Amino acid sequence: MMDIFSYVVFFLIIAGIFSLSTLGLNMQWGFSGLLSVGIVGFFGVGAYTTAFITGPHYTDGFGGFGLPIPIGLVGAMLTSGLFALVVGFPTIRLRHDFLAIGTFGIATCIHLLAMNWRSVTRGFDGLHSLPKPFAGAGSPLVVNMLFLALVVLIVGAVYWAMQRMLRSPWGRVQRAIREDEQAAGALGKNAFSYRLQSFVLGSMLMGLSGALYAQFTGYISPQDMLPIFTFQVFVMLIVGGSGNNRGAIVGTVAIWALWTVSETILVNILPPIMARQASTIRVVMVGFILVVMLLYRPQGLIPEERVVSPEARLGGRKD
Amino acid sequence: MMQVIVDGLVAASFVSLGVVGVSLIYNILNFPSFAQGDYLTIGGYMSLIVVLLLGTAGSIMGLQFGWPLILAAFCAILLTGLIAELLDRTIFGTLRRGGSSRITLIMASFGVALMLRNLIVIFFGPDPTYYVFAIQPALHLWGGARITQNEIVVLAVTVVLVMGLHLFLTRTKLGKSMRAVSENPSLARVNGIDVDNVIRWTWFIGSFLAAIAGTLFGLANGLQPYFGFELLLPMFAALIVGGVTNIYGAILGAVLIGIAESLTVKFLAAEYRQAVSFIAVILVLMVRPQGLLGEKE
Amino acid sequence: MSQPDLQVQDLVGGYVPDVPILRGVSVEVYPGEIVTVLGPNGAGKSTMIKAIAGLVGVTSGKVLLHGQDITGRKTHTLIREGLAYVPQVGNVFVRLSVAENLELGGFAARTNPAERLKQILALFPDLQRLKHLAAGKLSGGQRQMVAVGRALMAAPKVLMLDEPSAGLSPKLTEVLFGKLLEIRATGISILIVEQNAKAALAISDRGYVLAEGQGRFAGPAQELLHSPEVGALYLGAGSRLAS
Repeated sequence: MMDIFSYVVFFLIIAGIFSLSTLGLNMQWGFSGLLSVGIVGFFGVGAYTTAFITGPHYTDGFGGFGLPIPIGLVGAMLTSGLFALVVGFPTIRLRHDFLAIGTFGIATCIHLLAMNWRSVTRGFDGLHSLPKPFAGAGSPLVVNMLFLALVVLIVGAVYWAMQRMLRSPWGRVQRAIREDEQAAGALGKNAFSYRLQSFVLGSMLMGLSGALYAQFTGYISPQDMLPIFTFQVFVMLIVGGSGNNRGAIVGTVAIWALWTVSETILVNILPPIMARQASTIRVVMVGFILVVMLLYRPQGLIPEERVVSPEARLGGRKD
Repeated sequence: MMQVIVDGLVAASFVSLGVVGVSLIYNILNFPSFAQGDYLTIGGYMSLIVVLLLGTAGSIMGLQFGWPLILAAFCAILLTGLIAELLDRTIFGTLRRGGSSRITLIMASFGVALMLRNLIVIFFGPDPTYYVFAIQPALHLWGGARITQNEIVVLAVTVVLVMGLHLFLTRTKLGKSMRAVSENPSLARVNGIDVDNVIRWTWFIGSFLAAIAGTLFGLANGLQPYFGFELLLPMFAALIVGGVTNIYGAILGAVLIGIAESLTVKFLAAEYRQAVSFIAVILVLMVRPQGLLGEKE
Repeated sequence: MSQPDLQVQDLVGGYVPDVPILRGVSVEVYPGEIVTVLGPNGAGKSTMIKAIAGLVGVTSGKVLLHGQDITGRKTHTLIREGLAYVPQVGNVFVRLSVAENLELGGFAARTNPAERLKQILALFPDLQRLKHLAAGKLSGGQRQMVAVGRALMAAPKVLMLDEPSAGLSPKLTEVLFGKLLEIRATGISILIVEQNAKAALAISDRGYVLAEGQGRFAGPAQELLHSPEVGALYLGAGSRLAS
């Protein structure tokens, strides 16, 4: 019984961490219609940054500042934001599809750096022994439960903030820009600036996601930064409902559940020769789900709520 | 230095054959297809299937391949074309007709790409494999550069195909129709051009070149399931460096990217070759967004 | 009375099915006629011509070409049936040369393209020296000639033009409309949608006036020119288009 409970806690922690990335994508895509094909890159930047900041000293790597975890998390968000600026600035002012290509490029580069800049990142060995929050508070289960509480708190705060932003003047402008850029421009709103803000904020969330992941597992390596993650987040958001914060979280939990359960199922029902391929088959399966969702239910499980700002409902403020 | 240029041109060959497909799809279907790299992979492996069935890649005049591989390439062209058409019928076309946004198409292409290369892993395994298990003899060129027989074949075939492409675009009705559609599909329709037909040919030409590029890559470098995907970023970089609207720009971009990559391999490290593409993209977008041969918006 | 070359019957349609811009429009063009469709902005004139060309959806009503129902037919099939269309914007391929533009126009032709090209160049002699320039480098007036020439390459029986005088000086408008008379003289029926009512009615046989997606007035061009109601619609009460 405890085992199942333990497992559920673990599952929820990971789902919660990943849902931050999905919320980040929702900020970029749902709010501003921008597609980042490099989600895993920002996730990785966050993870490695916090590892550098909070991790122990390595003789063959960078870092070892041993600073408190909150600083690591903030540092992770700032660095991801910076990387987002580097790729977002030249691309968003031109065309959205350039952003797709640009983010794909930066994620590839980040992955390359993680694998090959051995003097800093320790290459495939990765950075280990990162401090775990609440370590020493009790048994592993207690530690995890505290961490889960932290994750829930963070996700809840982000969700609340994003819902507020959606209904705020800022959110209205974003939606106006997404729907009709020319009209929004006529109102004097600089579309580029708003989009860039969305993109950077969303990327910061992805960085936070990566940082929490690293702190939780205590370890980060290039193997945690494969393109499949970008893809999983796409599916999580599409399935849950794009443009929709609740959908982002629901979709993450649903897809993560499917992902973890499918490994067990595949390994058990496939003949041994194919069981080795279980993880690859999983990938094909998820790819298939994405395509099917895009074709038949692009609005996801939870359709986008038509947001009417409180002020408008009450008959308008000066705005 | 000569070696850098030779290696660069060989690398550029694969990128240029792939980027033509990317450019056509970008200009006619209005989205950057993230699946194009994996179409090269499919092409290479379809050839492999035929070579395995025939038991040999053959040998003509001392080359490491012969009629069997050429036959395999033809089969690969047909099969890759069929797969591309199937994917358009079921996925891209359906999304297009439903009025899906560019972003949806990009996501779908990313999903298709993921499925394709993982299917290759499932059926062929993740390890590298070859058409011919033999050391490639190398020739010496002036300037101290070395080039293998197969690499010479790669360059020759690429040059022929690029010239053929030029003739196709400037002399044939279909080629001119494609240029018309890529500029203004509505006006093309008014002129009597069947855009749906042009779209079908776009996929076919893209996959035709991808299949050949994939087979050539397999010949020169061997096959592994990710090789096409690893060419995707250089292809996009070539597209942007050359100017997205200009197909000749894309080919020029491919040459530049190829040489830049080979410089990186020589002076930095082979592992970072893809980074060059990314840096090129950012630089071009900051300094000259229309690319070398594109038009200012 | 002979059968109309082009006929629109009670056409209802628009860019989006739920929002009809055309709310029951009927227009006829008889062989050898020049017919102008006028109306204030937003009246649906452009939308009507695009609906005929299959570029805008039709919810109800019919479009007949030589008596044949072509409603909702795919755009690219129409030129083969002898219906040519010159859009208002994006009416030349700017990256292609003048010669290539004209050549493209002839793709659907059943007649000899080389022969046809000669005829078009005889009609628009200026294009001869501009032949190898990219169309995007031409002036507005020259572009318009290429656009019309391109439409004529397939030897159509009916030619439709959407606001051909847009962006042209009065002098150039006069020249262009003179060309339209020459084109009509070769036996082609012409439908013009225009803002510049006076100039268009001056060369037309008949005209229609649309407002808010419906027909308001119809009649011989001279009548419309002198009609007080039409004048009021355009210029305000108490005016006429021509006195």
